[in-house]
Amino acid sequence: MYRYDEFDHKLVAERARQFRRQVKRRLSGELTEDQFKPLRLMNGLYMQLHAYMLRVNVPYGSLSSRQLRKFAHIARTYDRDFGHFTTRQNIQFNWIKLEEVPDILEELAEVEVTAIQSSGNCVRNITSDHYAGRARDELADPRVYCELLRQYTILNPEFSYLPRKFKIALTGSPRDRAAVALHDIGLRMHRNEAGEIGFEVLVGGGQGRTPFIAHTIREWLAPEHLLSYVESILRVYNMYGRRDNMHKARIKIIVNQMGIDRYRELVEADWEQIRDSVLKVPQAEVDRINAYFAPPEYECLADIPDELNDVRARIPEFDQWMAANVAEHRIPGYSIVNLSLKAPGMPPGDMTADTMDAVADLADRYSLDEIRVNHRQNLSFVDVRQRDLFTLWKELKLHDLATPNIQSVSDIICCPGLDYCNLANSRSIPVAQDLSRHFVDVDHLALVGDFTINISGCMNACGHHHVGNVGILGVNKRGKEFFQLTLGGSSDENAALGDRLGRALPQDEVPAAVETIVDTYLAMRLDGERFLDTYRRVGIEPFKQAVYSPVQTRAVA
Amino acid sequence: MQMIIANRLIDGRVVFLDDSGGWVNEIADGSLLVSQQDAAEQLNAAQRAVEENEVVDPYLIDVAADGGRRRPVLVRERIRAFGPSVGLVPQGLGGN
Repeated sequence: MYRYDEFDHKLVAERARQFRRQVKRRLSGELTEDQFKPLRLMNGLYMQLHAYMLRVNVPYGSLSSRQLRKFAHIARTYDRDFGHFTTRQNIQFNWIKLEEVPDILEELAEVEVTAIQSSGNCVRNITSDHYAGRARDELADPRVYCELLRQYTILNPEFSYLPRKFKIALTGSPRDRAAVALHDIGLRMHRNEAGEIGFEVLVGGGQGRTPFIAHTIREWLAPEHLLSYVESILRVYNMYGRRDNMHKARIKIIVNQMGIDRYRELVEADWEQIRDSVLKVPQAEVDRINAYFAPPEYECLADIPDELNDVRARIPEFDQWMAANVAEHRIPGYSIVNLSLKAPGMPPGDMTADTMDAVADLADRYSLDEIRVNHRQNLSFVDVRQRDLFTLWKELKLHDLATPNIQSVSDIICCPGLDYCNLANSRSIPVAQDLSRHFVDVDHLALVGDFTINISGCMNACGHHHVGNVGILGVNKRGKEFFQLTLGGSSDENAALGDRLGRALPQDEVPAAVETIVDTYLAMRLDGERFLDTYRRVGIEPFKQAVYSPVQTRAVA
Repeated sequence: MQMIIANRLIDGRVVFLDDSGGWVNEIADGSLLVSQQDAAEQLNAAQRAVEENEVVDPYLIDVAADGGRRRPVLVRERIRAFGPSVGLVPQGLGGN
């Protein structure tokens, strides 16, 4: 876990005091709503359908048990006993009172957490692989570079009034678990021909109403140039970004309008001026930041496949959970455990204060105090001793966090939708609930295998519907909610946008349509194929036929 | 019929304008506007409440009677009036 240095503490405390004064001026009428709005947004405070919503950063998805307990306390004291984990590894509280926000920010600062830049036209929370530092396939831990970028971009005046919001994601693994190609800047570690570790730099990815997969702007960048290169990308964006039209203001629009080659020329020309300036990051600075990440104290253990296999053979339910929710760790004798927040009928990403406390306690006992939030709205314990797996599984079951469905049909990404969000056109959570209640047979989930469903309640795509294997987009037609399906999307290292299946369906027909898609895939798949492989081989037609055969649906025009 | 809905500045809660020019939490206690003139006048009153920093973003919503209960016509406004239709602490939408 990263611990704040003296600068972090000072800056965060000052910002909390500053916002207290701003809230006071707003409540006294000294500031109008128009004047106050950009100030509150820079502190993660939105006005939603029911109340203010506070979005709190979980930097690169990494939380201590103490921080999670603080979230439980915030939910209990200032909200309605629960919080919502988002697709950007953040947490949102839904019923916040403006007058209490300064107290909340001070409480959060006590545990080194902030809401700074969790909204607004600035560099947002920098996200990463939730297995960072633990994955067996990782080249190096990307979090030190996440932290370097966080420190550089936080309250940086040059990046505080960008044309639009700006999202950066990093991964240190060839297997992309952080959806880097769907970000304004994606950074993917790999080795150059000399065997040195650096970053492939991607730019101009994003979802929303105009989705794009990012382009590679540079094949390999030495880590010492990370800040200067990111600065040059941001500078060109600041110069050319469309401030005249909010819907065309993201970097993806100009990258795709001028073309990646032209954008690269502009960036490289700017970068030549600054690459060897003070922005060049000396190894000593990387080491300094690294020293603030307390290294986990691992025991010297060996993997115990025989013991685990023995228990798995005796207890099929444990076996299913091991197969679906537990991943390999780079340290022998340890595993990564994914906690499913997607039990049947649960709103994806929601967690009660009591469950947060329980998870914090379990993290203390079984995961060296650390919890990760991932972009699929689940949590992970990243340092679990293999000999504790069986006990932990039983504990997680007590809290309904052991549904063996990670990366399966019922592990659904879902935005808050019209139940909470001011921008939404339709609800999304009820669709996720319908589907997770429909697909409850865990043997069937295992049979189907990797299969992502992502649901958004409007075209802003917070629920990542463009990159779900099945994407579901809520639309509003003449005051009624309908759902548009897309197929074949993916956010991994072979990222792809989904293709529109056909006419939008009413809510009550969505589960049957998804089941038809699943059954069509099962009937056509070849050995070892995931849904995505089958889809890429056979195309959309068989699925279209199956879903829209007239006897099955009453689809609307 | 119409009503005026807004968020209260201090805590963001959904409120409705009532007959006396105050703001109330329950849709049943808000002012029902039956004429365009009423609606225009009340919207002016609501705008004054914005200037006086009592509420933000007031606007008119259409409301229908439903078995003696007031019910906003649009799903979005029903969700605002009655709370999320889902969630760990469901408030109940009162049907579709």
